[in-house]
Amino acid sequence: MSIKAKDIDEEITWKEITPGCGIFEGGTSELVNTGDWRTEKPILHADRCRQCLLCVPVCPDMSIPVEADGKRGGFNYFFCKGCGICARVCPFGAIEMVKEEK
Amino acid sequence: MGIRERLSGNEAIAYAMKQINPDVMGAFPITPSTEIPQYFSTYVDNGQVDTEFIPVESEHSAMSTCIGAEAAGCRAISATSSCGLCYMTEMLYVAASDRLPITLAVSNRALSGPININNDHSDAMGVRDTGWIQLFSETNQEAYDNYLQAMRIGEAVSLPIMVCQDGFITSHAIENIELVEDEKVKAFVGEYTPEEYLLKKGNAIAVGPYAMPTFYMESKRQQTQAMIDAKDVIRRVGAEFGELTGRAYGLTEEYRMDDAEVAVILMGSSAGTAKEAVNELRACGHKAGLIKIRSFRPFPKEDIIKALSGVKAFATLDKADSFNALSGPMYADTCAALYPSPVHPAGIGYIYGLGGRDVRVESIKRVFSSLEQIAKTGDIGETCRYLDVRE
Repeated sequence: MSIKAKDIDEEITWKEITPGCGIFEGGTSELVNTGDWRTEKPILHADRCRQCLLCVPVCPDMSIPVEADGKRGGFNYFFCKGCGICARVCPFGAIEMVKEEK
Repeated sequence: MGIRERLSGNEAIAYAMKQINPDVMGAFPITPSTEIPQYFSTYVDNGQVDTEFIPVESEHSAMSTCIGAEAAGCRAISATSSCGLCYMTEMLYVAASDRLPITLAVSNRALSGPININNDHSDAMGVRDTGWIQLFSETNQEAYDNYLQAMRIGEAVSLPIMVCQDGFITSHAIENIELVEDEKVKAFVGEYTPEEYLLKKGNAIAVGPYAMPTFYMESKRQQTQAMIDAKDVIRRVGAEFGELTGRAYGLTEEYRMDDAEVAVILMGSSAGTAKEAVNELRACGHKAGLIKIRSFRPFPKEDIIKALSGVKAFATLDKADSFNALSGPMYADTCAALYPSPVHPAGIGYIYGLGGRDVRVESIKRVFSSLEQIAKTGDIGETCRYLDVRE
């Protein structure tokens, strides 16, 4: 199929859409902006973070990247739904949930 | 010249399956299933086919099996009847909307209640809007011929296809039949070569995803186009089959319709009875004709309008009631086809043959007699009638 998931948006016509809405490639969840569901967002206080990485595996999405140096990076807000699990597990109070202002 | 045989309709379908040698059959192995999986499983057991035969615990699972197999890139088949077809309904929609050209053999039988196992079309009519192509067969020969054409049709438009025959009347009765030679069948049916499928190496795909309201309607519009496109494919494959065997097929068959003034529209085995009625009436100077619907889905709108263009009065004969205080399904579709057209003969609808009630030449002649009365007086009377019911 010539149509890739990245080309399927709300402008696509019935003639162009894939048969049965089939998706003819893998890893397309990377294209889905689940971050726009968010009502609260996590803020990282880097001065309190000890890099214990407890927050990384509890994230239900892909919102806490681990960099090449083995340390966690900043939040990926494209995916973060603001569930707050990371803030709950952080033993050092380094993650604060604040109201999302859009 | 083909091979002369005598087979029941179920045997004929199973034989066609053997000749095609599909990849997977998912089937519920006990009643209300037909003998078709039983005959076919013998071919599997004898090593005459290399089909993966998957017996499952329900028709819902049988169709689910076919959906998985077809999505994986296989040719998948099943067979069922009556309440078994009802039980597949949820997955029939999935097969059609996922655009998987599965082939399903159906022996049409009544639905409970009262409990009844004999022929009518209630089962197929109940799933007429699932998005499946539906071909109906008059004889064992047609059931066999339709089955050989089914995969060509379904695969060309990526829609699943149901080959229907009348339970017991054709499914169990043994008739003379002309079979097509194995090598000719293989050449005609060909191989299934989908562009995309789950087991294609190095090519991840997802089948049957969630569609938001922003995409669902576009998907459905595309699906309905496939059903529209199926009309020409059915005609083309039917013509090609005619070149191979001398038995050509269209969406409908017109029988003595050229100068007909009164016409009956029906499908399935009763067409043979109706042809005899037409012949007897013609012999007495009556201008009677028959339109046999072969393809109920897609509905042959253009063919019916054309066939009825010179007709004064017609009757549809539905082997299922819609219980809508209006009409049977074929009457509703026929009238919907005619209404915006310039062709407006008087038309009535009969419900007939429910639960195996015999329809005889005399029954059909009584229908024609009513039509001649309507043609003469212009008085249509009741548009939804029961044929041969005790008053």
